[in-house]
Amino acid sequence: MTSSSDLRSPTRTGAGLTLRNAALGRPGAPVLDDVDLDVAPGEILTLVGPSGCGKSTLLRTLAGLLAPLSGEAGQDGRPLTGPAADRALIFQEDALLPWRTLRANVELPLAIKGLPRAERRSQAETWLERVGLTEQSGKLPHRVSGGQRGRAQLARALAAAPRAVLMDEPFGALDAQTRAGMQDLLVEVLRGTGATVVFVTHDVDEALFLGDRVALLGNGRLTAVRDVPRPRDRTAHDDPARVALRRDVLTSLGT
Amino acid sequence: MTGQPRPGGRFARRYPRRAGRFALRLASLAAFLGAWQLLAGLKIDLWLRFSQFPTVTDVARAFADRLAGPDYWTDLTDSVTRILTGFLLAAVLGVATGVLVARSRLAEDLLGPVLEVIRPIPAIALVPVAILLFPSNEQGIVFITCTAAFFPVLVSTRHAVRALTPVWEEAVLTMGGSRWRILGSVVLPGALPGIFGGLSVGIGVSWICVISAEMISGQYGVGYRTWQDYTVVNYAGVFVGMLTIGVLGWVTSTAVELLGRRLTRWLPRTSYVPGRQPPPAARGAAAPASPTTMEEVPHDQLV
Repeated sequence: MTSSSDLRSPTRTGAGLTLRNAALGRPGAPVLDDVDLDVAPGEILTLVGPSGCGKSTLLRTLAGLLAPLSGEAGQDGRPLTGPAADRALIFQEDALLPWRTLRANVELPLAIKGLPRAERRSQAETWLERVGLTEQSGKLPHRVSGGQRGRAQLARALAAAPRAVLMDEPFGALDAQTRAGMQDLLVEVLRGTGATVVFVTHDVDEALFLGDRVALLGNGRLTAVRDVPRPRDRTAHDDPARVALRRDVLTSLGT
Repeated sequence: MTGQPRPGGRFARRYPRRAGRFALRLASLAAFLGAWQLLAGLKIDLWLRFSQFPTVTDVARAFADRLAGPDYWTDLTDSVTRILTGFLLAAVLGVATGVLVARSRLAEDLLGPVLEVIRPIPAIALVPVAILLFPSNEQGIVFITCTAAFFPVLVSTRHAVRALTPVWEEAVLTMGGSRWRILGSVVLPGALPGIFGGLSVGIGVSWICVISAEMISGQYGVGYRTWQDYTVVNYAGVFVGMLTIGVLGWVTSTAVELLGRRLTRWLPRTSYVPGRQPPPAARGAAAPASPTTMEEVPHDQLV
């Protein structure tokens, strides 16, 4: 396991995440059963399913916030023991600390890593610039827009140079236009970090645009995992392979 | 005739500006003092009896005499020292215990029952306990002051910590944050607005208790002096004491309030503040949606 703190290091590899025959949920309230999933290092896996199907539960298990009720959850062949800095979680809710400025929020994971003040400030500035928030860096979260808060959360998650980024409907509350911009930004920012991404959404088009593979959840199970044809193109609605996949996904979700 | 409705509806009266409000406050105070002077000066004895009541001028004279003497300042510093010691102890202990009880089930089981039984006892009823426990009166008074402020701080801290948004903690956990990091970066700053609610109540209760305790068992102190004056039938002196207590209480509460506001400046506030005037710079720059000054209101709306 590499613990390099250099976020621009090209040799850093993503984490491989696995669930083996796992039952997931809170104790006494299982949501998903019999889940087998392999997330390959460096890939973007999107998880789709109707609300309440256990997408968030699966993500929280991978983050280490929930232990599987039975079966195994692992990273690179080792069982997960709890949350760790190399698996960042981006929440559906606004999880920025409201008393910290955007910059101070992005600095927090770097402070936890033990970076000296000057270093964490410059790294935070770099990440805020990368997500286009240089001008807003000194503002408190409630002073900026929802889209800007989303970008700050992305910067905060990536600043710690995680080997896996777990995202729980991070763009769910955004309007369509901001959302498309955020998707592009995400793809652009992730390029070169090598991080593995698990991205939860209820939007099939978002799942097909972002994912290298799409995993479908429903009826308390992981029902299928499909490869998504590349290249990534938002406007390729008439690509026959894509149309077929979209129809297929929608059918399996029962919509 | 159907007149254009006034912005804010018919109940939105135009309120006097800053200078006007200040004058109103002064007038209210002057009316109160005037009535007092009149009633006591004329020794009105109807159902309420003002014949023994010192007049405002009596009190003012007594105050001036008291200020010239050495005892007043000794009393003042004694009381302030007692309350600050007790209150600061209560703040530290209250926040620590509140966090502990809110975050640890073990601590809640161990401390909860004892705290819940002691909590309803008025701190001043603990005077016998203080006399038994502590070798000096001084420590006993600080103990009572501290106990009084401790519970409001404890209860509000406990509530504030329990009401924290869970994702804040989970976010720091997934950054690899330790328990201490969560305490310092999430729990304490997040609970601060609630904690200051408790501190504001606590400082008020502390004053009540320090004065009462001084009346019972003090040597020096504003409460002790006030009670002494009463026993020697120096009624003007009693009023000087009460006035001192009032002003000191007001100053300390305001200090706590201001500190709280400063430390929780991050709290989102509504942009609407009743009665606030737009800052001078903004007045010309951004055209307000509704008329804010008398000059801008059309004449038919100025009833």
